Amino acid sequence: MMADTGSDEVAVIGNIDLTPGEIENNMKNTMGEKGTVLFRKMEINVAEAEKRTVKNAVNMQEIYTVYLIETRPADAASEGTNSTPDSLWRRYSEFEILRNFLLVTYPYVVVPPLPEKRAEFVWHKLSADNMDPDFVERRRVGLENFLLRVASHPILSTDKIFFAFLTEENGWKEMVFETGFQAKADSRLKALNATFRVKNPDKRFAEMKHYGDELQSVISQLLRVRARVADRLYGVYKVHGNYGRVFSEWSAIEKEMGDGLQSAGHHMDAYAASVDDILEEEEHYADQLKEYLFYTEALRAVCRKHELIQYELEMAAQDLTTKKQQQEELATGTVRTFSLKGMTSKLFGQETPEQREAKMKVLEGQIQEGEDSLKEQNTECDVFVKGAWSDIERFKDQKNHDLKEALISYAIMQISMCKKGIQVWTNAKECFNKM
Amino acid sequence: MSGNVADSAVSPTTPAQTIPADLSGQMLELDEDDDLEVFSKDTTNTDGGSFNASMQTSPGSMINQYKFDEEEEEEDPGAKDLFITVDNPESHITTIETFITYRVVTKTTRSEFDSSEYEVRRRYQDFLWLRGRLEEAHPTLIVHPLPEKFVMKGMVERFNDDFIETRRRALHHFLNRIAEHPILSCNEDLKVFLSAQAWELASHKKQGPGFLSRMGETVRAVAASVRGVKNRPEEFNSIQEYVESFSQKMTSLDRITQRIVKEEREYLEEMKEYAPTYTLWSGSEEELAEPLKGVANCLDRCFQETEGQVRQLSDCLAPTLHEYVLSTDTLKAVLRRRDNMQAELEAKNEALAAKRADRDADPRERGVVWQSLLGKNPEEARQQRQQRLTGEIGELKEEIDKLEDRVEWANNALKGDWSRWQRSMRSDLKDAFVSTAQKNVDYYEKVRVTHLKPPQPHHTFDTRLVSITL
Repeated sequence: MMADTGSDEVAVIGNIDLTPGEIENNMKNTMGEKGTVLFRKMEINVAEAEKRTVKNAVNMQEIYTVYLIETRPADAASEGTNSTPDSLWRRYSEFEILRNFLLVTYPYVVVPPLPEKRAEFVWHKLSADNMDPDFVERRRVGLENFLLRVASHPILSTDKIFFAFLTEENGWKEMVFETGFQAKADSRLKALNATFRVKNPDKRFAEMKHYGDELQSVISQLLRVRARVADRLYGVYKVHGNYGRVFSEWSAIEKEMGDGLQSAGHHMDAYAASVDDILEEEEHYADQLKEYLFYTEALRAVCRKHELIQYELEMAAQDLTTKKQQQEELATGTVRTFSLKGMTSKLFGQETPEQREAKMKVLEGQIQEGEDSLKEQNTECDVFVKGAWSDIERFKDQKNHDLKEALISYAIMQISMCKKGIQVWTNAKECFNKM
Repeated sequence: MSGNVADSAVSPTTPAQTIPADLSGQMLELDEDDDLEVFSKDTTNTDGGSFNASMQTSPGSMINQYKFDEEEEEEDPGAKDLFITVDNPESHITTIETFITYRVVTKTTRSEFDSSEYEVRRRYQDFLWLRGRLEEAHPTLIVHPLPEKFVMKGMVERFNDDFIETRRRALHHFLNRIAEHPILSCNEDLKVFLSAQAWELASHKKQGPGFLSRMGETVRAVAASVRGVKNRPEEFNSIQEYVESFSQKMTSLDRITQRIVKEEREYLEEMKEYAPTYTLWSGSEEELAEPLKGVANCLDRCFQETEGQVRQLSDCLAPTLHEYVLSTDTLKAVLRRRDNMQAELEAKNEALAAKRADRDADPRERGVVWQSLLGKNPEEARQQRQQRLTGEIGELKEEIDKLEDRVEWANNALKGDWSRWQRSMRSDLKDAFVSTAQKNVDYYEKVRVTHLKPPQPHHTFDTRLVSITL
């Protein structure tokens, strides 16, 4: 079913820092064979949401929501045979665990984001309550979207833990924790937030990180403004409903004007009601923007990881240079760098030739280790850069495509809203003319 | 139709209507001659010789006219011969105050005007004066309201351009309604208002019924209203009920419209940041830059058009609704005054009945004892009393006759004015709502079109959007 090789299995379940060979293997096996991407082989649906209760640690009733994941082989669906899909239930927290695992396991991939944990950027009529059915529904759609994104990713879709998430209800949690990713997750987080300075930052990655920051800032601003505008638009439409009520009352005391007023009133009611659909559609557009807002975090993480790798490379190179210098000093007897040992030996007498021999041997060993390690790290870095940059390009294309689609559908929405408005007011005008 | 009226107007002594000569002076402040002249002039000016309601001014013709008015749907617009425009507001600054004057241009073919064209400048105070005079002269006619003195909403400054324009429009509307009114348009004060120079107007204002006579009117009115009317004709009851309801509806609609304006203004505030954010974003993008700029452009357009919408509501619909709110106050006052007149009549009738009863009563039951105590001859006393009462009864009867005519005239005039008011209410409000609806249609059309034309057409954009519009 998937492009499985022995090394794949090891890479996915075992180490967090993949060896360069393993990473290359991964990429060769998955990217070249798009046809084997999970997405094409399997139909994935987050079909339902349900509430469950459980007693928590302090013996209080806790309500949480579970989501039904249905999977079905893609060919079965296309053949028309209505086979029942396999299904299992997952909580939002389990999705989080899956995502954290992926983040740690594939640090060079821009991992798709989950829908928001808590409702943000809400305009006042929209509930900020996690239990609200609309919120749950939008989250269901967001979770399905997440799974589809992962399933269509050339690398992520091949992951065994991901596959198990979709197919193994019981025992999945144990499986994922056995990989030991938790520990790596903690250290990853620490590293991402640490402050360090790279001497020669890679221009491309620096620009990409900067772009990610800009995108995050502008989309946040846009979502904030949109929510406020939606609020106000809601008010404008709804007040028109009052016209409907008063026209109806007024028509009761009029003779010739009565009919025109009464029917105009109905159109005012329709106008006021139409804003609900309009804003619901817009909410979908806002969700699309939100996904990319959250994507910027993943993008940033990849750039930061690269920075970290570079920093460690620079540190390792630095360390090697220092050791080589020490070697030289020992060999030639000249002290170029200040060291306490050197000073004390000057003050308290030179060391014996045997001591120097021993030191030299140790240093040689260290230098050899250092050179091997540096070589490995360099290769690692190159592989990371290759993988990361390729995924960043993929992400860029995906972003451009998706957001262009979103903007088009936003324009279509606005046009539809205008057409509705034209119709309502044309009808109202006809009624007014009959007054 | 017109033949009938012409006959009765030209010869006021025909059996159809008989109005004592002195009564016409009381009612209209115009000579009978003037009425006739006006009327006869009218027959030569009217197109097609059809009945022209706006020109009848003599009492006899008034009564007939109002009978016809109820059947008539519209007045002949071609017969209008008093055209007034109010425009060109200018601000005047003196050491004491700053005020606005409006240019009032009158074009007329009426003969009571010395010239056929006038151009004067008037300030709001002058309009207030004019309306006051019209109401005083014709307390039971419906005089169109003026825009309010102050704007209570707090946010509008007195000399703000929009406020001045709204006021100008209302003043224009006011004078035109007066000009269309058959009786009010012939008022002397109106003539002075339209034609006199500033200083002439000022000196004219100082004349007019004295303070005392006005006081007398007020006292009578208060006394009458305290008494209350007993037999109000049914049609006035239904008018009263209608006015109550209508007033509530207009107030509600006015308030709703103001609220929409407020909401739209707040919407505009938020929109200010919307387009610029998309423009900002387009700066970080390459492939997405054009579509993003397209959205920004549309939102900008949306913003501008919404400003237009707000203007339509606050400059056109809201002032019209407000005018009719004020109008209901006028209606209520007119109904009240008519009631007072009728109450006075009823009171007089009661007094008459009492006096008659007194006169015809058994003399033995009437204060003869007192008279004898005072040493008067009972027979003489009775005679004297009878004479006195008969005299008083006679006077009272005369007064009652006059009052009855006045009340009948007032009732008919009010009925005529009422149908005129209903017609203009219907027309004004219909126009205001239709133009508001049209403005909204235009708004959505303009915004829709902007979305179809992004600045840099992209293939995907075009085909998608074209397929949606088809």
